[in-house]
Amino acid sequence: MPSIATIALIPLLPFAGFVLLGIFGRTALKKPAGYLGTALMLASCILALYTAYGYFFDFGKIHGAYQKLVPFQMTWLEFSKDVSINIGFILDPLSAMMLVVVTFISLMVHIYSLSYMKGEERFGTYYAFLGLFTFSMLGLVLSSNIFQIYIFWELVGVSSFLLIGFYYDKPSAVAACKKAFIVTRFADLGFLIGILVLSYYGGTLDFGTLIARLTDPSSTQMQAAVNASFLGASALTWGAVLVFIGGAGKSAMFPLHIWLPDAMEGPTPVSALIHAATMVVAGVYLVARLFPVFAISVPGALHVVAYIGVVSAMIAAVIACTQTDIKRVLAYSTMSQIGFMMFALGVSGYGGEAGLGYSASLFHLFTHAMFKALLFLGAGSVIHFVHSNEMKDMGGLRKLMPVTHITFLIACLAIAGVPPFAGFFSKEEILLAASRGNTGIYYMALITSGLTAFYMFRLYFRIFWNKEAGHDAHHGKEGGFALLFPLVLLALCAAGAGFIPFGEYVSSDGTPLHSEFDPVFSIAPVALGVAGILLASWFYLRANDRADRVAASLKGLYTAAYNKFYIDELYLFITKKVLFNLVGRPAAWIDRNIVDGAVNLVGNETVAFSKLIKKLQSGKVQQYAIVFLGGVLVLAVLFIYIWH
Amino acid sequence: MMEPGLYQILFISAALFFTGVYGFLTRRNLITMLMSVELILNSVNLNFIAFNKYLWPQKMDGLFFTLFVIAIAAAEAAVAIAIIINLYRSHNSIDVENAEDLKY
Repeated sequence: MPSIATIALIPLLPFAGFVLLGIFGRTALKKPAGYLGTALMLASCILALYTAYGYFFDFGKIHGAYQKLVPFQMTWLEFSKDVSINIGFILDPLSAMMLVVVTFISLMVHIYSLSYMKGEERFGTYYAFLGLFTFSMLGLVLSSNIFQIYIFWELVGVSSFLLIGFYYDKPSAVAACKKAFIVTRFADLGFLIGILVLSYYGGTLDFGTLIARLTDPSSTQMQAAVNASFLGASALTWGAVLVFIGGAGKSAMFPLHIWLPDAMEGPTPVSALIHAATMVVAGVYLVARLFPVFAISVPGALHVVAYIGVVSAMIAAVIACTQTDIKRVLAYSTMSQIGFMMFALGVSGYGGEAGLGYSASLFHLFTHAMFKALLFLGAGSVIHFVHSNEMKDMGGLRKLMPVTHITFLIACLAIAGVPPFAGFFSKEEILLAASRGNTGIYYMALITSGLTAFYMFRLYFRIFWNKEAGHDAHHGKEGGFALLFPLVLLALCAAGAGFIPFGEYVSSDGTPLHSEFDPVFSIAPVALGVAGILLASWFYLRANDRADRVAASLKGLYTAAYNKFYIDELYLFITKKVLFNLVGRPAAWIDRNIVDGAVNLVGNETVAFSKLIKKLQSGKVQQYAIVFLGGVLVLAVLFIYIWH
Repeated sequence: MMEPGLYQILFISAALFFTGVYGFLTRRNLITMLMSVELILNSVNLNFIAFNKYLWPQKMDGLFFTLFVIAIAAAEAAVAIAIIINLYRSHNSIDVENAEDLKY
């Protein structure tokens, strides 16, 4: 087992980068900032790979099952004998896998940014923020108790806020970072209440103890949590659903997804790291972390997870088909894929074969991180090349950017679920789990999977084919080594990661899950995927007006999807019109007129009264003396003649 | 010659007291006002001595009080004169009507 220092260094190295670059990033370390950040990240990534390798192949497996290890734990705050907050690391298949994903993607983004962000005014600050984010995310996956995870949860929220708003002189970026922060904070309120409910009934914050107590029907804590009911559901269900709301906010699940497309205002590598590969899957991670509680104790809450997941997947896929900003297409695609992960968890059971959905979800998380990071970095490369996010400015780039073209194609094939690329295997498992768990969800997922292939290849054809390179050729070559190396490496992963027997390593109860590949089952999804690709090529391979004609014939649906089903407008209506007019304005009126009025009244009266009496303090000593004398005489008379 | 009784002394003392009060209220010169305060203090001293002598001749409390008052009057005179000197330096006058800055 690696020493505690080895594990501790994984998050602490990026943190050191944050501190150093945060202080000196604008002055002494401005030039080497990128190399410093990347070197620290590389060290962290190597340590993470070493730890994960050791865990999976050496010390993690005891008696045929992967154990939850807590190599380090200390009491951080002790309020009383029963209430204390610990800080610790947890090492189990989930966190080991996440360590690899986060450090690897972060390393790729660090390398990519060396070229992409070159010449930025706040280059050092950018790397400092990347370090902060990586530290927070690693802290989140290593957290051994639910309170610690909340701390890091908020930290990733802050670093996401900082990075979305990186171009703070752009009003749209400022609005986007505010929106992201407010929406996720709103969801985090649910998370916090969920934490309080679960830990109140569980009597602990520690994951291991909490799960053990809340999944054992004979424990007093479990009975208390099940018997306490509120609005027709048990306290346990409420706790789980509230925790899921927090996860849904961070993971951009419907209807809390509105911040994710706007978050694309940040620099593209940031979108790849935070808003595609790592932070947005924190919600999935959270549900997976508490999965035994969801699966054993509150299947009702798990149904919520499943339906929200599949609805988000479907809505996002439909919207993605109509967007024209390539980063927004990718953002909706991310939301859709996370929806897949969520409903895979939702249809899963606990332990053994029933836990297929759990493994499938995390497998998809793993492969999705690779190909979605690749897609974003590829999109970044394209944007770097044509200086625009809009599809209409692109087309025919395949000869001008050969490396980007090939890697992007691999990623598109992976996400579309074409064998033998990574996405095929993970999506297959998800669909298999769905078909066993819930047929309705299975069919919705199947349609969404076809849509995925369609919108991804729409994106691909519009960027690299469609028309001949219409823009000026003076853009020169595609990026240098730092820009292309991560693309190639990620493309290799996106092509090959599917062959990892993932269920062997990550499963709901730690025992290896042998998933068998079922070629008959794969026919339908692959056929749908290929159909989606063919449809996309019919529409978009050459410039033509077929797509416009179809859009015109489906006018209502198309406009609704193009406008993201007016969910943003709905939010604005609720917040601006309803909440603002019915709550905000009356509250402001009461504040201004009644609360402030009372305070002002007291103040004004005091001033008026003091004006009345201030003449008494005239500064004339003899006047004081005469008043004093008069008082003494009056008192003397009183004492002598009346009170004697 | 008739030895003065308590009433006579109290009469003197009261006269002294009101002379002091009159002086304090009417004089504009701070030194004169200070002198008036001394008159008031001395009338009080006289009272203490007289009551001690005529009412409790076997005790000495009144005497001690008088000694204290004299000591404090000396200290107070020192402080008052210091203030007056400073006032003179800043206002070039020791007229109380020119020292009316300390007000609202």
